[in-house]
Amino acid sequence: MFIAALLSGLVLGGTYALVAMGLTLQYGISRIMNLAYGEMIISAAFLAYVLFSNLGINPVAGLVFAVPFGFVLGYLVYGVMMSPLVARARDKASLEIDSILATFGLLFVIQGVMLVLFGANFTSYSYLNDPVTIFGATLATNRVLALVLALVLGGGLYLVLTRTLWGTALRAVAVNPAAAPLVGIDVNRAARLAFALGGALAASGGVVISMYQTFTATSGVVFTMKALIVVIMGGVGNILGALSAGLLLGLVETFVSTYIDPGLTLAATYMIFLAVLLWRPAGLFGRIAR
Amino acid sequence: MTRFLPPILFLAAVIGLTCIPLFADSYGVTLGIGMLGYVTLASAWALFSGPTRYVSLATVAFFGIGAYTVAVLSESMPYPLVLVTAGAVGLGVAIVVGLSTLRLAGVYFVIFTFGLAELIRQLVTWYEVNMTGTLGRYIFLPVTPEGIYWQLLALATATFIISWWVGRSRVGMALKVIGDDEVVAAHCGINIARMKLALFAVSSVIITLVGAIQAPRWTYVEPTIAFNPTISFLTLIMALLGGAHRLTGPLLGAVPLFLLFEWLSAHFPNHYSIILGLVFIAIVFVLPRGVLAFVEENWKRWRRREIKKLPAVAE
Repeated sequence: MFIAALLSGLVLGGTYALVAMGLTLQYGISRIMNLAYGEMIISAAFLAYVLFSNLGINPVAGLVFAVPFGFVLGYLVYGVMMSPLVARARDKASLEIDSILATFGLLFVIQGVMLVLFGANFTSYSYLNDPVTIFGATLATNRVLALVLALVLGGGLYLVLTRTLWGTALRAVAVNPAAAPLVGIDVNRAARLAFALGGALAASGGVVISMYQTFTATSGVVFTMKALIVVIMGGVGNILGALSAGLLLGLVETFVSTYIDPGLTLAATYMIFLAVLLWRPAGLFGRIAR
Repeated sequence: MTRFLPPILFLAAVIGLTCIPLFADSYGVTLGIGMLGYVTLASAWALFSGPTRYVSLATVAFFGIGAYTVAVLSESMPYPLVLVTAGAVGLGVAIVVGLSTLRLAGVYFVIFTFGLAELIRQLVTWYEVNMTGTLGRYIFLPVTPEGIYWQLLALATATFIISWWVGRSRVGMALKVIGDDEVVAAHCGINIARMKLALFAVSSVIITLVGAIQAPRWTYVEPTIAFNPTISFLTLIMALLGGAHRLTGPLLGAVPLFLLFEWLSAHFPNHYSIILGLVFIAIVFVLPRGVLAFVEENWKRWRRREIKKLPAVAE
């Protein structure tokens, strides 16, 4: 049972890490606190569901459609909604408030569209739902695939951000947006790109989630919440931090639901969040200066 | 003379509103209850979030706590005591939330309140399923719609008086300084954390009471009904439309938007939340500081232009 819980914890944690990396890009580089992030995840989950059940395209191939979908969605949201707010913001705090309010409205718009299209029912599909045995614990194949996908996508992004000039420029904006233009970085372009990249990660997270979980049109809020908690735990803009905090959160949730009560996972998440806020508000790995 | 005009108008309005149930039919009273409920919610929200600029997304958490406390206790306690208990529970939660988040940067508070309703909803569900074995409760209280209307009116009046007093007192000044610049506030010797906590607690208790007073309207309550996130959303939009920094702003935002939503939910029940979201985004873009501020600025600009024109005419 312990090994089984550990493995499903890693699967869940891998997904959280993947999703949170997108949010940490959006918040850390674009400076947009996106409360509609979970809705972007769920809309990609519905996309994967439609592709699979209506057209017979398997979710891994569905990523080919979902990732560009998320990228374009993020690009459009930033270009149409956020850049006017960025242009009129006097300082970081007022941009934060404006973006929170605007994306809070966007949350209801996307949720409403999904409710009209798909209704409020629990949705899931059966893909690779065969058992495999790893270290004596039985796990569904789709969960193993979800973990592998999360590791490949997340690891790939990490390499791109740390090893390429382009990724270094994005990270420079995260560290100091005021100094980045001095070395020839177009901050607005970087912000737009980071927001779109975050949307692409949200979409890939949504596809991965749809493979092994049931979801509804209204479950986006919980994903936004968990992603936010992971981002804060890992330190805003810190990719490796988001990765490890996501895995940690997934493990804690799975152990709580296995050994204590499945109804208390969100409460456990919140306890972690409170503990982080009280003792390490700059994140588990962050420096104190914010 | 002008000094006495606002209080007299206020008194006349309260007396006028008190008499409405004597003439109106049952639909009118229902409409009045909804409107008063949202006016109170928006004013209570603005009481804290207006001056401090801490956006609270947890309105429905406290609203639901109030409604649920009434549902649980209505059969074992006399009604006034139930209301007091509901207020006390709301106060307790507000203090825990405030103590843990209000010392930090504002964005942590927003995130925490964003998920608070969901957390409390899941905890209540878990408790009901595991401890009492049922999900959903009936409320049978001998309270008439008129009674609810008058209670809400009293609460709305009290909220207005509190907002007015806070706006004029040292507390209100301190809060405005905090909202403008926390560092300056700290240097002025203002105890930032205590001020914010106190006002957050007052605002949350009022919101809890709105939920508690309105609960008998439902007769049947379950967590998904009591903790409906749309309530947080509506409250926020109303306060922002009117302008959260002004005394009458939330009132001016709540009344037209409530009527709009009544009409929308009757005619477009399926596309309701899409339209709501678009209205909200439009408000954030076009009127970031509310209708009142917008009108005032344009009025000033227009006056200035008129004055500039005058010498030109004289020449």
